[in-house]
Amino acid sequence: MKKRSLIPILYIAFLMLPIYWLVAMSFKTTNEILSGFSLFPQTFTLENYVTIFTDPTWYWGYINSIIYVTINTVLSVCVALPAAYAFSRYRFLGDKQLFFWLLTNRMAPAAVFALPFFQLYSSIHLFDTYLAVALAHTLFNVPLAVWILEGFMRGIPKELDETAYVDGYSFPRFFVTIFLPNIKAGVGVAAFFCFMFSWVEMLLAKTLTAVEAKPIAAVMTRTASSAGYELGLLAAAGTLTIIPGAIVIWFVRNYIARGFAMGRV
Amino acid sequence: MRTENQKAWFFVLPVLALVAFNALVPMMTVVNYSVQETFGNNQFFWEGLGWFEQILRSDRFQAALGRQFLFTFLILLIEVPLGIIVALSMPRKGFWVPVCLVLMALPMLIPWNVVGSMWNIFTLPKIGLMGYFLNDVLGINYDMTQQPLSAWITVIVMDVWHWTSLVVLLCYAGLVSIPDAYYQAAKIDGASPWSVFRYIQLPKMKTVLTIAVLLRFMDSFNIYTEPFVLTGGGPGNSTTLLSIDLVKIALGQFDLGPAAAMSLIYFAITLLVSWVFYTLMTKDDAQ
Amino acid sequence: MAQIKLSNLRHSYMPAPKGPEDYALKEIDVTWRDGGAYALLGPSGCGKSTLLNIISGLLTPSEGRILFDDQDVTALPPDQRNIAQVFQFPVIYDTMTVGENLAFPLKNRGVDAATIKRRVDEIAEMLDVTDMLNTRASGLSPDNKQKISMGRGLVRDDVNAVMFDEPLTVIDPHLKWKLRSKLKELHQRVKATMIYVTHDQTEALTFADEVVVMQEGEVVQIGTPVDLFERPQHTFVGHFIGSPGMNVLPCEAKGDRAIFEGHEVLLEGTTNGEGGRTDLGIRPEYISFGETGIPAHVTKVSDVGRHFVVSAMVGNTAVKAVAEHNAPDPGSHVYLNFKAEQSRVYRDGWIATEERAQ
Repeated sequence: MKKRSLIPILYIAFLMLPIYWLVAMSFKTTNEILSGFSLFPQTFTLENYVTIFTDPTWYWGYINSIIYVTINTVLSVCVALPAAYAFSRYRFLGDKQLFFWLLTNRMAPAAVFALPFFQLYSSIHLFDTYLAVALAHTLFNVPLAVWILEGFMRGIPKELDETAYVDGYSFPRFFVTIFLPNIKAGVGVAAFFCFMFSWVEMLLAKTLTAVEAKPIAAVMTRTASSAGYELGLLAAAGTLTIIPGAIVIWFVRNYIARGFAMGRV
Repeated sequence: MRTENQKAWFFVLPVLALVAFNALVPMMTVVNYSVQETFGNNQFFWEGLGWFEQILRSDRFQAALGRQFLFTFLILLIEVPLGIIVALSMPRKGFWVPVCLVLMALPMLIPWNVVGSMWNIFTLPKIGLMGYFLNDVLGINYDMTQQPLSAWITVIVMDVWHWTSLVVLLCYAGLVSIPDAYYQAAKIDGASPWSVFRYIQLPKMKTVLTIAVLLRFMDSFNIYTEPFVLTGGGPGNSTTLLSIDLVKIALGQFDLGPAAAMSLIYFAITLLVSWVFYTLMTKDDAQ
Repeated sequence: MAQIKLSNLRHSYMPAPKGPEDYALKEIDVTWRDGGAYALLGPSGCGKSTLLNIISGLLTPSEGRILFDDQDVTALPPDQRNIAQVFQFPVIYDTMTVGENLAFPLKNRGVDAATIKRRVDEIAEMLDVTDMLNTRASGLSPDNKQKISMGRGLVRDDVNAVMFDEPLTVIDPHLKWKLRSKLKELHQRVKATMIYVTHDQTEALTFADEVVVMQEGEVVQIGTPVDLFERPQHTFVGHFIGSPGMNVLPCEAKGDRAIFEGHEVLLEGTTNGEGGRTDLGIRPEYISFGETGIPAHVTKVSDVGRHFVVSAMVGNTAVKAVAEHNAPDPGSHVYLNFKAEQSRVYRDGWIATEERAQ
């Protein structure tokens, strides 16, 4: 093994340690956790997971999160596609300013928007619905999706469009049957990032929900404070939140690096 | 290349509507609050720029802003070089590349409050791996809930853990786009490893590095959930960063006017610094 | 400056090659004279870039040795071989000026400032880039960038060889000939051994004193441009060089004659060897039209400028011929005459007629 590969190995080890600890914790009994330090679970238990999968407050937390994340991802990518196409193919009045303004929304601290969002979505009676969270998250996901997709679309030569029009394709048919398959990777990467940022964002998701659409994170904080020191349960819930991300990232592993480098600032 | 076509606006319309709804309406609300005083009952009085003045002069805001800048500065100082070093030492092809990438990206896909909880569990004295190791094996007195220094170190290490991979992935993407011929030419020209980095790798990473620094600046400047869950801003106010303070004022004390004024100042600073960064880092290209 | 000798060179990208098909480069044995201009010619994937990288030291061959002036350099890294290489895509250091780019290889070797300045000025003058010395290299046009990467190789006065890996790929067609003649001129001035890799026969034939034609990791012929044209050792060479390429026509061999589509064709000499697939090889330039000869039916005539290329059918085989003027009309019946001293039989691709005694 080369000396150089020591650095990534050490770095990955550093990344994995807290995750390992979370997972190890989730298989320990509360007694074992409180009685002192142990590197491996001494009495391996699935009790914490059983609690989560049998208590509706817990598992609905997951379902709620997945529902609004999915809605957000689909919505963000769908509206971003035509916009990214416009930015990559046409010049129009105010295009640069619009692009920059979209990106500034990525810079807005979520904390700034928490309260006004609460009021906005309450006033249109969307408070505590999936749609509220999904819509709120488009604030930072739509600009990101436009940005990534635009980068991929710029890589597709314009001749493709022209050839299709010459061949008598209408725009919608061209877009769906010819253009989309060509930027599959881009759509995948954009969807991945929308999924990721919607899945990890908690401040807005918590602010905009109460009971019906409560995300898993909110369930976790409530449990942490009301049930006192249920670390094992908390760890199990945390472990389960890692899994969707891990699955999604495995699917796009070959595109991640490229997705990150895409687009212009 | 791109053709002039005003109809393109129709394509942009859905995005425009959606983002405008989400950005403009709340922003107007914030602006509205920032210039008014309320005593409840939905009664508002014109306050002018009073709140802005009060916030800018308050020690509390200045202290939070100072902590925020220190935090972001340290984050950039650690994460950018570390990210570059890890990216440089990554294998360029083969079986291990996707494995490395997936493992590295994993922390970024964990919900932010879980990141906070995870580090809380990890650092608890007696119970957590790191807390136990520092206190009971190395004999260092470490307790995040009591010592501001421990709390700061933990928050920084947590963010390094959480976000360095972003810099790694971006730099890596820049590195793999360098054709082999550059390395071969450098070998033939007798360039040292440092020269290869200085004259080939760094210039080719410049674009992605600009993105990395900007993203890391914005996100670390706006950070809220992870440190809030980990330390709650404590001990005392030692890790109360801007966002945490803002939420305390807005949702905790319900002081809408000052909170709104603070939001706008906060946003303005983020925009301003991002713009300065961007201009400085792309200045060379313009020449 | 040095003589380059490749001795029993073989290379495989696999850790444990089994048969010959696992080798990207099969058994090569050549000696290149000091100061000569050579070209490696072959289609993409024929192993010419592999060979080039072995000579420059970017690759270590699986077997065999490389000798520069009888010194074994097989194990030496590229920077100690004193070679220069120009790549397909111009490699320049973006952040440096043109002058700094040219000085870079000397600086890395710790040459003193005065010598660097003298050499850089000399090379810049040779390449006509003196007026650009202080501009940033990143803004240059591709042909100037390629000149700079060439200059980085030439700036060292101790180079054993300069190698070019398809250096004109990204150059605009109208600038190609300019850069090519610049190269020729440079070769005359610096007298370094130059090795030029390309898949373009014009580039190879105009640049080199001697051309190495490769196919599927194998050297099929080494010779002067005239040799390659006049007496191809392999049907591949005949077909690859020349436009249109040599006719390769299935035939039966019988002494100093070939039977092609039932017609007897007199050959350059007697055929040797036995078995295998036999083909008659003749360049279109050596087929003429006459009153008698092999009857053929003209299918197509194309005007390629200097002359006409006539496609005709003899029985079921397509034959191409070149007519200077007075080309027959498509659809007409003609008689073809094959020039005997340029008609050869190839057995399994390799030449199988004795050279006619001069």
